[in-house]
Amino acid sequence: MEPFSSHRGLVAILDRANVDTDAIIPKQFLKSIKRTGFGESLFFDWRYLPDGEPDPQFVLNFPRYQGASILVARNNFGCGSSREHAVWAVMQYGFRTIIAPRQEIGGAQVPGFADIFRNNSVKNGLLTIELEAPEVDKIFEMVERNSGLEATVDLDEQRLVLHLPEELAFHFEIDPVVKKHLRHGLDDIALSLEHEASITAFEKQHNPQMYRA
Amino acid sequence: MAKTLFKKVWDAHVVKTLPDGTVLLYIDRHLVHEVTSPQAFEGLRLSKRTVRRPELTFSTLDHNVPTDDPFNIKDPISKAQVEALIKNCRENGVTLFDYATGHQGIVHAIGPEMGITLPGLTVVCGDSHTSTHGAFGGLGFGIGTSEVEHVLATQTLRQTPTKTFKVEFTGRLQPGCTSKDMVMKLIGLIGTAGGTGYVMEYCGEAVRALSMEARMTICNMSIEGGARAGMIAPDDTTFEYIAKGDRPYAPRGEALDKAIAYWRTLPTEDGAEFDRVITINTAEIAPQVTWGTSPGMVTDVTGVVPDPDKVPGYSRRDVEQALEYMDLKPGMKMTDIRPNTIFIGSCTNARIEDLRKVAKLVKGRRKADSVRVMVVPSSQQVRRQAEAEGLDKIMTDFGAEWRHAGCSMCLGMNPDQLKPGERSASTSNRNFEGRQGKGGRTHLVSPEMAAAAAVEGHFVDIRNWDGLKALNA
Ligand code: SF4
Repeated sequence: MEPFSSHRGLVAILDRANVDTDAIIPKQFLKSIKRTGFGESLFFDWRYLPDGEPDPQFVLNFPRYQGASILVARNNFGCGSSREHAVWAVMQYGFRTIIAPRQEIGGAQVPGFADIFRNNSVKNGLLTIELEAPEVDKIFEMVERNSGLEATVDLDEQRLVLHLPEELAFHFEIDPVVKKHLRHGLDDIALSLEHEASITAFEKQHNPQMYRA
Repeated sequence: MAKTLFKKVWDAHVVKTLPDGTVLLYIDRHLVHEVTSPQAFEGLRLSKRTVRRPELTFSTLDHNVPTDDPFNIKDPISKAQVEALIKNCRENGVTLFDYATGHQGIVHAIGPEMGITLPGLTVVCGDSHTSTHGAFGGLGFGIGTSEVEHVLATQTLRQTPTKTFKVEFTGRLQPGCTSKDMVMKLIGLIGTAGGTGYVMEYCGEAVRALSMEARMTICNMSIEGGARAGMIAPDDTTFEYIAKGDRPYAPRGEALDKAIAYWRTLPTEDGAEFDRVITINTAEIAPQVTWGTSPGMVTDVTGVVPDPDKVPGYSRRDVEQALEYMDLKPGMKMTDIRPNTIFIGSCTNARIEDLRKVAKLVKGRRKADSVRVMVVPSSQQVRRQAEAEGLDKIMTDFGAEWRHAGCSMCLGMNPDQLKPGERSASTSNRNFEGRQGKGGRTHLVSPEMAAAAAVEGHFVDIRNWDGLKALNA
């Protein structure tokens, strides 16, 4: 996995909440046994017309968003199935970062990202940034008003900067474990296997087939 | 301090707490299917690693299996995926329940029915509906493919402790209402992200009264409420389910007695604290039907398609987009909606009990001319049992298609798909755009509600539908 430190790129917006993994990458593309080749199928049903041509009405097909590498969406992005193909598709399309709002809905905090999607993102080096809803509203507004707007995401500083004539910066929170992971592009399995002796010791006293009395 | 069920299961599986606060959590059962595993096995191969505990890993074929002729996968890409799993299992010594074993089925159906899923265990699978297994009082949750590889290589996962959410269902269900209605009601109340970051524990009188199969339906849909896992404390209903029937992997004899003694120690203790609590009066739950493209877009069958400004948790635009996709107008009565496909299947609601109830409701009747009815048992074992009871005959006399086990039209990775514009009443768990086929429109309901819709050609309030009498006959 590639380490993530900072990234500058074009920002695109997708004005939808609850973008589910079936929308991100429909099932027919899950039949692949490879880890690559998913970028073309990202948002397939929204992105293409029945004849296979790109749908000019779909926002990511707008000329102004070509080459975007930062996506801004609404809350609960990536809900639905556990398919890691969703993260692969997002990254292989060219996104390095997704931004979504945490929001209070019906008295409860609704997160920007669904749990499994967020987990899968970390494993692949995709940075998911959660901001407050008004901040995300502001970003939507700025992107709509300023064609070609770029942003820089700085993971060390936990800062997102919109490159407007007068720069607009946002601070974001991130779990320190996730941050370290992304920053160093860590291989989880190798890390866990460093604790192999502990796993073996645990297995001696834990019998998953039989149960302790 | 009084402990929750979750905490007890969690603590029993902590291999080590790492300096950064994450926990290496031991995994007792790793379930595998063909869709989310090939890249994980490939990763193992490339890094020259092996499966640490192949005897704790079980796999089956479900998503791609054609339900008309399971031996004959016509789509070459599906076939390659299935063959990859067969090869990966063979090379790594992993048990595979393929068609020839007689135990093939949806991964979340076969775990419980074969006694692989038991109380107190950690169960994972590269599939979000792994939450189903929590019905036995273990911790079951879905993982991505990188984590599948991690479990294969280490039999552990790196996890951070989760918050807990107590969902108490007081009172009792009305006749004709089911555990599906309970969980759909819950999702309607908390929203599809309301459970994100939590493990749910379902409790209360109404939950205690449910069978194991009905409990699995609730836990199954925890993920639709955002929670990765849902749990129900094990009790005599659980132990009886495990003790009875053909469950080759369940403990027996003295081992079972010892296990039950341990399982009895698992339930949440009085005074244990939860991070969030909700209480729902089960007696007030009406049959639920979804009207939109998210499981939280749900209402009582007695209700109407809502006004876009009046749906808690969804913006006006979300609702308008959903209604346009569903081709519904605000104010339309739910009972006026006319599905043309009735899908009885999936890991949510295609176990033997579900099929028995549907059979009772449709026995001696004929389906409405306007509908196609598909009945897809969740496993080969369920299919055999149903045939032994003559349920297949009742279904086919009704005009339904009696099919082979698999995921089928729950997500249509196999040929079972809705065509654009078709409308289903489905016993599955997701009504996302395109989920059952591009342009297909899905209304999620209980099996009983699906059966009644198949008879009448439109949704009915099953509570005062005259056919309901047959359920208790
Ligand atoms: S039946 Fe549906 S929800 Fe269940 S495992 Fe299969 S595809 Fe997933």
